[in-house]
Amino acid sequence: MREGTRLRDFDWALLLIVLAICSLGIVEIYSATQSAPPSSRLAGLHWKQLWWVLIGVACMLVLSRIDYHRVLDQSPLLYLVGLAGLVLVLLIGESKYGSKSWIAIGGRTLQVSEMVKLIIIVVLARFYSEVRTDRLSLLDMGKAGVLVGLPVGLILLQPDFGTAVMFLPIAAMGAFLSGIQWKHMVAFALIAALLLPVGWYFLKPYQKERINTFLRPEENLRGAGYQTQQAKIAVGSGGFWGKGIGKGTQNQGGFIPVRWSDFILAALAEETGFIGVLVTLLLYMFLLLRLVQNAQRANDRSGMYIVMGVAAVLGVHVFVNVGMMIGYVPVTGIPLPLMSYGGSSTLFVFMALGLVMNVRMKRFVN
Amino acid sequence: MALVRAETKLSSWIGNDQKLPQGRLAATSYLIAACTLFLLIGFWKLQIIQSDHYGQLAERNRIRSIPIIAPRGQILDREKRVLVDNYPSFSVLLLREDPKLLAEGLPLVAEGLGISLEEIQQQMDASKNIPKFQPIPIKPEASQADIAFIESHRADLPLLELLMVHRRRYPRDGFLAHAIGYVGEVSEKQIEASGDKLRPGDFVGKSGLERQYNETLMGTDGMRRVVVNSVGKEVERLEHVEAQPGKKIQLTIDYDLQVVAEAAMAGQKGAVVALDPRTGEVLAMVSKPAPDPNAFAIRIPAQEWKQLNEDPDKPMLNRAIQAQLAPGSVFKIVMSTAMLESKAIPEDFSVYCPGYADFYGRVFKCWVFGKGGHGQVKLHDAIVHSCDVFFYNVGKRLGIDRISYYAYQLGLGRRTGIDLPGEMEGLVPSEEWKKRVFKQPWYPGETISVAVGQGATITTPLQLARTIGGIALGGVFKQPHLLMEAKAVKEETFAINEHTTEMVTQAMFGVVNEGGTAAGSRLEGIEFCGKTGTAQLISGEGLKKAGKQKQFSDNAWFVGYAPRRNPEIVVAVLVEHGLHGSSAAAPVARDIIKAYYDKKSARDKQQYTVDYKRYEVSDSPELAQGAPGPSPAEVTPKAAPPAPQRKGASAQR
Repeated sequence: MREGTRLRDFDWALLLIVLAICSLGIVEIYSATQSAPPSSRLAGLHWKQLWWVLIGVACMLVLSRIDYHRVLDQSPLLYLVGLAGLVLVLLIGESKYGSKSWIAIGGRTLQVSEMVKLIIIVVLARFYSEVRTDRLSLLDMGKAGVLVGLPVGLILLQPDFGTAVMFLPIAAMGAFLSGIQWKHMVAFALIAALLLPVGWYFLKPYQKERINTFLRPEENLRGAGYQTQQAKIAVGSGGFWGKGIGKGTQNQGGFIPVRWSDFILAALAEETGFIGVLVTLLLYMFLLLRLVQNAQRANDRSGMYIVMGVAAVLGVHVFVNVGMMIGYVPVTGIPLPLMSYGGSSTLFVFMALGLVMNVRMKRFVN
Repeated sequence: MALVRAETKLSSWIGNDQKLPQGRLAATSYLIAACTLFLLIGFWKLQIIQSDHYGQLAERNRIRSIPIIAPRGQILDREKRVLVDNYPSFSVLLLREDPKLLAEGLPLVAEGLGISLEEIQQQMDASKNIPKFQPIPIKPEASQADIAFIESHRADLPLLELLMVHRRRYPRDGFLAHAIGYVGEVSEKQIEASGDKLRPGDFVGKSGLERQYNETLMGTDGMRRVVVNSVGKEVERLEHVEAQPGKKIQLTIDYDLQVVAEAAMAGQKGAVVALDPRTGEVLAMVSKPAPDPNAFAIRIPAQEWKQLNEDPDKPMLNRAIQAQLAPGSVFKIVMSTAMLESKAIPEDFSVYCPGYADFYGRVFKCWVFGKGGHGQVKLHDAIVHSCDVFFYNVGKRLGIDRISYYAYQLGLGRRTGIDLPGEMEGLVPSEEWKKRVFKQPWYPGETISVAVGQGATITTPLQLARTIGGIALGGVFKQPHLLMEAKAVKEETFAINEHTTEMVTQAMFGVVNEGGTAAGSRLEGIEFCGKTGTAQLISGEGLKKAGKQKQFSDNAWFVGYAPRRNPEIVVAVLVEHGLHGSSAAAPVARDIIKAYYDKKSARDKQQYTVDYKRYEVSDSPELAQGAPGPSPAEVTPKAAPPAPQRKGASAQR
């Protein structure tokens, strides 16, 4: 065993929080799919999710043993592999939910963009550490933009708008920590605001519909608005104490859209009430704060960038998804990390946390 | 060692930059906490502040209340044979809870069900006062294709629901159609009149007995509250209020006699009423032509409805109670009674009939005009041979006021009070009436016409049946009714002298049995009595001008009964444009009375059913449960008693 990577340095508290969230997820997946007939693809989904969690924990342990500096060292190669993977998906990928973002490996399908997300965290961590400044220049920002832009462009071609957007927080977090200047921040905000109407023309009709729905929910209660409305009904009708696990009428009656995946928190909110939501959100908050804490204690900047990249991705996932449940955010296909059913997304989170563990366990070295 | 090796391999980028932007990291922590708090406030709003609102929405999402339609009561004949029954069917319900979904889905619904958007909109407008969670019917009879459409679109078009309903099954081809009536969707007026009891889409009696006894027949709908999932599948039952089926009603109609009456009238235009004058029970009631009520037991297309109502033959008219026509010579029985009872004219009053008479400078013809006359006639022969000249003189002597008094007392010019909606009252003219309505004085010449049942006098077949039956009973008039358990059947008495009754009934016996105008309809062994009538629609000269167009040819009447005194059955027959009461109407009454006696005598031997073979009824006389009654088409007209011109009775009328 390598020096400094002892078990006592492993972040047991973080793991505990993560497993608590996963348990809530598995219980709710069970509740949401219990009435599914045995022949349905939903049958026994909670067992599958349990397996994904176990595999995820294993991946996390493996990744935590590899020195992240070695990973960083290989980041140009990883970057190329990631891009190649995305191109491959476009060529031979499988379509699910309207986007070609899945690739079949050994009888299962894997969402390549999730893995690329991990690579980008590492690549950007290395990039920002090399910049070595507390006043980020526009040029460097441009370089970072290109690094992120290539995979984002490929993902937009799938097209998977939701996943592509999730790359931006990594870059933004890096820019923030490497000292982006306030005037630049303001400038970017303005440019973004100006470009929004232009971007509108590049959106697919269903995306426009979702945004319209978000802005005027009462006008479209059948399509995308229906989903938000049903989620809100589920959440609201849960009240303070909830209707009880397995007793949510919105959940059991199938009114909540994809209640085992993207909308799992609505199902949980209905059945466990505000109390359940409070516990869940606090767990996520502790998880994120714990990540920030790990970043603060990182051995060096590269480690910090990795941890904060992970924190940025997880944080945005969590807040966007949770916001969706109560109509604060338009409906996008973004799962709730660690709770929603899904192999790729679960594996991604655990591997990302593996990197975090790695950084943490290196903190006393040197 | 390993570490050193690693360090040398790592590129220069790693440095040992251990100075971290702690300020910005801390800021991130605050941002995380702030976001969490922000979202928690959002959940607080929904789950604590608005939880009641969303709780209701969730309830509404899953609970659906669907009515359970109560079957209408059966309608039975006097021997409890089923005349009207129900059959199960499906009605399409529209769920209206979700206005947006409705707006988007309605065009699809309209297309899928093959009805127009406007029609659906009308239904929705009519139901706007009903709570939104109650589905409303938009198509009363779902076809197989409709059911398939609804089932296959449960998930993506959760607007429709199927409702099991009971549809009326009426006898085919208008058998007893007018008396039974029909049901239809309740009108807005009826809904208002009912308070909250009726809802749009309910079926109520629209005419006939269905309307008269709607409350008895209708029953009370039940209700089913069920939990449904997002694709409308029922997953749990919350409440189940059984429907209270409507009660049966038993009619006084005798199916056997009705079959005979329908057969006798097949292909004709007119009406038949058979009464038991002792009780007022209606034994048979026919009106022809008749619509098929099965055609509008569900929603009838507006076009067809219009056609039915604009048909010059007036198939919707129940001629038995609504045809108001001049009674012709049948009125002579009223005249005779008035003559004898008023004692204004001696009973042996005698008149010479040369075939015509002259009154007030005008010639009034007897019906035998051109073929000689009746010669010297007294009351008995005047009735038996229907001498017009005799009754012209009686009328002149009685005067219009006396005539109208007796006619009214004997039941004409007013409703009989039968338990059917829409009965007409007919008219007995009087001086006062003419002054009131036409603001003109009464001309004596008009009295002459009234005396032979022409002029302004109009009656319904039912009135004539009741009047003649009542006279033969010696002045006891029972309220006609169709419901077996009718309560408080009114009885009117207008005391008629025994001698008068005897004379008039003897004369009516003579009409059939003494070579009178209905001699061709004589029945062996039965005291079949009656009076023929032939009512002109226009004057003889007018008829000549119009050529022999059917719509102007005379109406044929016959009111017959048996036995002579205290009759058990009286039958009024009207055959429009039948030309002669003797040839067109009397045989119909004869057939019914014969059937009545055949049945009666066989019942004594306990083996009787009507000799259906005679009428070529293929069905067994016992109506199977719910089976429609035999139709006149089966009771073929060709086998129906023929109405030949009886050569030997050419002078009969």
